[in-house]
Amino acid sequence: MNKLSVNHLLGIRYLEKRDIELILETATHFKEVINRPIKKVPSLRDITIANLFFENSTRTKLSFEIAEKRLSADILNFSSANSSVKKGETLIDTVNNILSMKVDMVVMRHPNVGAAEFLAKHVKAKIVNAGDGAHEHPTQALLDAFSIQEKHGDLKEKNIVIVGDVLHSRVALSNIFCLQKLGANVKVCGPLTLIPKYISSLGVEVIIDLKEALNWCDVAMMLRIQLERQDLKLFPSLREYSMLYGLDKELLDSLDKRITIMHPGPINRGVEITSDVADSKQSIILEQVQNGVAVRMAALYLLAGRIE
Amino acid sequence: MKHNDRIILDSTQFDLTIKRLAHQLIENFNDFSDTVIIGLQPRGTFLAARIKEELKAINKKFDVQVGALDVTFYRDDYRRQDMPLVPSKTDVDFVIEDKKVILIDDVLFTGRTIRSGLDAMLAFGRPRNVQLLVLINRRYERHLPIQANYIGKNVHSVISERVKVSWKETEGEDRVILYTPENE
Repeated sequence: MNKLSVNHLLGIRYLEKRDIELILETATHFKEVINRPIKKVPSLRDITIANLFFENSTRTKLSFEIAEKRLSADILNFSSANSSVKKGETLIDTVNNILSMKVDMVVMRHPNVGAAEFLAKHVKAKIVNAGDGAHEHPTQALLDAFSIQEKHGDLKEKNIVIVGDVLHSRVALSNIFCLQKLGANVKVCGPLTLIPKYISSLGVEVIIDLKEALNWCDVAMMLRIQLERQDLKLFPSLREYSMLYGLDKELLDSLDKRITIMHPGPINRGVEITSDVADSKQSIILEQVQNGVAVRMAALYLLAGRIE
Repeated sequence: MKHNDRIILDSTQFDLTIKRLAHQLIENFNDFSDTVIIGLQPRGTFLAARIKEELKAINKKFDVQVGALDVTFYRDDYRRQDMPLVPSKTDVDFVIEDKKVILIDDVLFTGRTIRSGLDAMLAFGRPRNVQLLVLINRRYERHLPIQANYIGKNVHSVISERVKVSWKETEGEDRVILYTPENE
């Protein structure tokens, strides 16, 4: 099978295992492309893509933008900070105005859960969710799975722990869906105030003690503490958090085995992870960023194949 | 083999044809300095490997670098087919800047694959010149002004017919057949 079963990339939840495998397989070819002397292919030269960012982003926005450019698509960039959204325009009006400029695909990040799904129902373009609130961030999960696969081979029966602010993390949710679909064992670790109550319904176990979690896993995904999304005080202080859940070199070296460290960025150095760990040989944080471009190229390429 | 299949090259003719193509290359490229071979994925790579072997068998000096080039992302019929095209691996670990390139594919028909191949090749540098070698040249249905410099065999066929090149490595036998697909 070489066709996606979906028309939009709204979340990993809606993908079948073979969709994920198809995207990852296609991404290996694009990774080769982006390491060539000339990194560009003309596949999407007749496609126009709008990047709508209603929430701040550096990595994801740049990554999508470069993926689109490498595929030769035409790009429109929009961020809500200096737009008519501030004048009270609704999401559908904003998007339909952009679409009337003949846009084929929309990559959107939005602070509200379900924004991408809402858009997919109401507009004609193909939608790629680049993060909707604390819900899903599918391309991040895909690039994480790709990076683990590159390092460890097949994900089946691999142990992966997601550490930290699971409650506010769209990366965590998408990763749980993605890793489970690929057959990996997923657990989460963090203070209970940062672990959502529904987590057990996803078949994910919680480990309270960080060292125990690290000794169990092959790969540890450290999440960023999302201070901007916390209305309540969910832990006493950043210092206390990093004492209990921060990963430093000493802890890493005390483990029984060499685990792989990942982080979706941006890193709060010295909070969830110390600089010497982030920059260590066990960390694949920068590979994640490079793989992000290849994976996004694959997702866009395959979705474009479904444009009528 | 079905009743309407026609053998164009059997294994003996196949072998002779490859030997002849190799000798033709030697006539034109002398010692193969600054020359590289690029086989188009998926099936031109078998021919490229065979030509390389043959050249080496004739004279050990003729050790030409061979690369495999996938043209999927450069095709002009992407999204015009029912199924998205499946890419194969590109493996060109040399730069073709200022090199003489022998571009190889198994069958030349509409010329569109070769067009994509020429385009894809530019990602690896600007070659000094490019020559095209094909095992089978299907005449009469070219969509683009593209001709091969070295031809294994010319075939006169109608559009509804298909040419199938089989290889010892994958299909167990070297041969070329012309057939009419059923249900078409």
